[in-house]
Amino acid sequence: MAPRKPAARAATAAAAPATFTKEEDFLAYREMLLIRRFEEKAGQMYGMGLIGGFCHLYIGQEAVVVGMQMAMQPGDQVITGYRDHGHMLATGMEAGGVMAELTGRRGGYSKGKGGSMHMFSIEKQFFGGHGIVGAQVSLGTGLAFADRYKGNGAVSVTYFGDGAANQGQVYESFNMAELWKLPVVYVIENNKYAMGTSVTRSSAQTDFSKRGTSFNIPGEQVDGMDVRAVRTAGERALAFAREGNGPYILEMQTYRYRGHSMSDPAKYRSKEEVQKMRTEHDPIEQVRARLLNAHAASEEELKKIDGEIREIVNAAADFASHDPEPDPAELYTDVLR
Amino acid sequence: MAIDVLMPALSPTMEKGNLTKWVKQEGDTVKSGDVLAEIETDKATMEVEAVDEGILGKILVPEGTQDVAVNTPIAIIVAEGEDVNAAPAAAPVAPVAAPAVAAAPVAAAAPAAPVAVAHADPEVPAGTEYVTMTVREALRDAMAEEMRRDGDVFVMGEEVAEYQGAYKITQGLLQEFGDRRVIDTPITEHGFAGVGVGAAFAGLKPIVEFMTFNFAMQAIDQIINSAAKTHYMSGGQVSSSIVFRGPNGAAARVAAQHSQDYSAWYSNVPGLKVVAPYSAADAKGLLKAAIRDPNPVIFLENEILYGHSFEVPKLDDFVLPIGKARIARPGKDVTLVSFSIGMTYALKAADELAKQGIEAEVIDLRTIRPMDVPTIVASVQKTGRCVTVEEGWPQSGVGAEIVAQLMDKAFDYLDAPVLRVTGKDVPMPYAANLEKLALPSVADVIEAVHAVTYR
Repeated sequence: MAPRKPAARAATAAAAPATFTKEEDFLAYREMLLIRRFEEKAGQMYGMGLIGGFCHLYIGQEAVVVGMQMAMQPGDQVITGYRDHGHMLATGMEAGGVMAELTGRRGGYSKGKGGSMHMFSIEKQFFGGHGIVGAQVSLGTGLAFADRYKGNGAVSVTYFGDGAANQGQVYESFNMAELWKLPVVYVIENNKYAMGTSVTRSSAQTDFSKRGTSFNIPGEQVDGMDVRAVRTAGERALAFAREGNGPYILEMQTYRYRGHSMSDPAKYRSKEEVQKMRTEHDPIEQVRARLLNAHAASEEELKKIDGEIREIVNAAADFASHDPEPDPAELYTDVLR
Repeated sequence: MAIDVLMPALSPTMEKGNLTKWVKQEGDTVKSGDVLAEIETDKATMEVEAVDEGILGKILVPEGTQDVAVNTPIAIIVAEGEDVNAAPAAAPVAPVAAPAVAAAPVAAAAPAAPVAVAHADPEVPAGTEYVTMTVREALRDAMAEEMRRDGDVFVMGEEVAEYQGAYKITQGLLQEFGDRRVIDTPITEHGFAGVGVGAAFAGLKPIVEFMTFNFAMQAIDQIINSAAKTHYMSGGQVSSSIVFRGPNGAAARVAAQHSQDYSAWYSNVPGLKVVAPYSAADAKGLLKAAIRDPNPVIFLENEILYGHSFEVPKLDDFVLPIGKARIARPGKDVTLVSFSIGMTYALKAADELAKQGIEAEVIDLRTIRPMDVPTIVASVQKTGRCVTVEEGWPQSGVGAEIVAQLMDKAFDYLDAPVLRVTGKDVPMPYAANLEKLALPSVADVIEAVHAVTYR
């Protein structure tokens, strides 16, 4: 096997992200806002007792999935862990179906049997939604195995967090992915905290882009709060994997505003830290500012989008609140095929 | 002082081998470490090295001899100037034989192995020709046939390709199907089990070989949380047509970490099917069914049974139904329920019991989950008595499940409590005598039958 060129490593200090056209910024704004509003609504419904169990919100990390989705091609697969609502909405899954799954109703993507952490859509090539930290990394590598086996030209985009990055099977997967040159892009969403443990307290190597170094997998750190930077890096990584060069790691430096789950009071960090990220780095505000200033969009145009998004989210919440629970007969269906 | 060179065992379960070639000839001087001969088993070809120095005085087993039993003297090494004819050539056989029995408790079962129970499986048409083959060959043929039939089927695992399988189950598959479909993995069970499940999510049909199921404990999260549960959790959208297979249970003299029976573990999990065949015919027909099954199937083989021969129907496409037990021997006095290697105890016990006038009906479960409870209940309705036989541990074992099912569905038919014959409730010891004690025995089965028949 030819040694890997170190070129990709040099990309760590990436050049300024490509500028977006007005249409691209509008698209990114719309998609990110949908996730933000959806998650806010989910938080509200959790508080009302309509959503049970665990509910991990994606607020603050929207630019990661939206930027990656803008870089992907039809047929590429997505798989992630338990903080998955944003990924589903980004792939185009219906807000109503996702919300109805959160409320455990028959119209949910898993007929109410999966819940927040376990949803799938073969149509959108979204393979879950996995509740065991790190398990999706082996599974996503398996999706890439299937892509190579079939020769379909698709790439598996496998998301996991800074916490999952310490799991053993991640490295077992890295090894096989590089050994077999599988078309997989590992997107490490470094939101700084694995539940309540900061990366500096849990990780000997906090530069996650280097986590593939011993397997010769190139990696780069990306400003995960800037949707343009995400898309640019995503395009580079996807092209690399699609051309048969093997896996690629993108460390998305991002931040979650909310607790790990709804039941997390987040006492492991200061309110000031969160506030600083919100005011200085918010992914949606960045795009909003660009639209208003650089693209000369009007407040009315943005208000119109805001209104449309609220309508989608309210309709989803309404559906998820009124859709009936699964028929009791569903208890014994889908155990085996 | 003449020294016997004995036919060596090359694996914990080897019972015999072929002496293919003498590298040294009579009269040659040999030093410790010299290659004396080449021997071959159904798994591998190996060299026999001298462990003593001297002159190869006499070759007792000529090259080309087939099926030489382990511990048979194959040559005599003599000291310089010693007369080989003066050395007691055949005499050492007896002292050698004693440790041989102790070293391989499985050897006792071996001679009885090539018994093919004559009952026609209802799935086999009358007049079908049968061929004798080992469980090992049957498993390989099943995989090869299914790989020819369906391009989405592939096999992955440690040493499955170039090495031809740690237990030679995948022998020849690399040559026929190439390295795209026969894939050597790193030693990374958790990872490659997950890769297999992911590939199955995407529509492929992986056969994931674990070198032994002991190592699958590293991967059990992916087997249960990803393979078994995703169909349900996705509301039926995402499924995994995948087979996890490999040897399960005790081999011989490999101690606790390599000698566990996982039948009960996997049978506890909804979303899995669990198959544990005894005969070669069932191994073939059920493995083909497992590969075609759209669900994850745990296919539990047994290392000791790999080399056992059975009659297998010669059919182009012999597929057996998963979830159906087989009456291996009809009887009216007591029902013995077993599976996998447990069948060797059950069948031998039934033979012995017949001599005492007790006709045991022996049921081979073949599939642990879904369990064919109706066949067990129907038998117990006839016999009124039941003994279960398995190598696994007693608590929450397969036998415990059968007892519970019979309480529920055949209570009024029972004339005695159902007894379980199981492996003892200890980690598997290494010492030969303790290992033998830890495993069930034919005597245990007979004793249990006497207890339930009050004879």
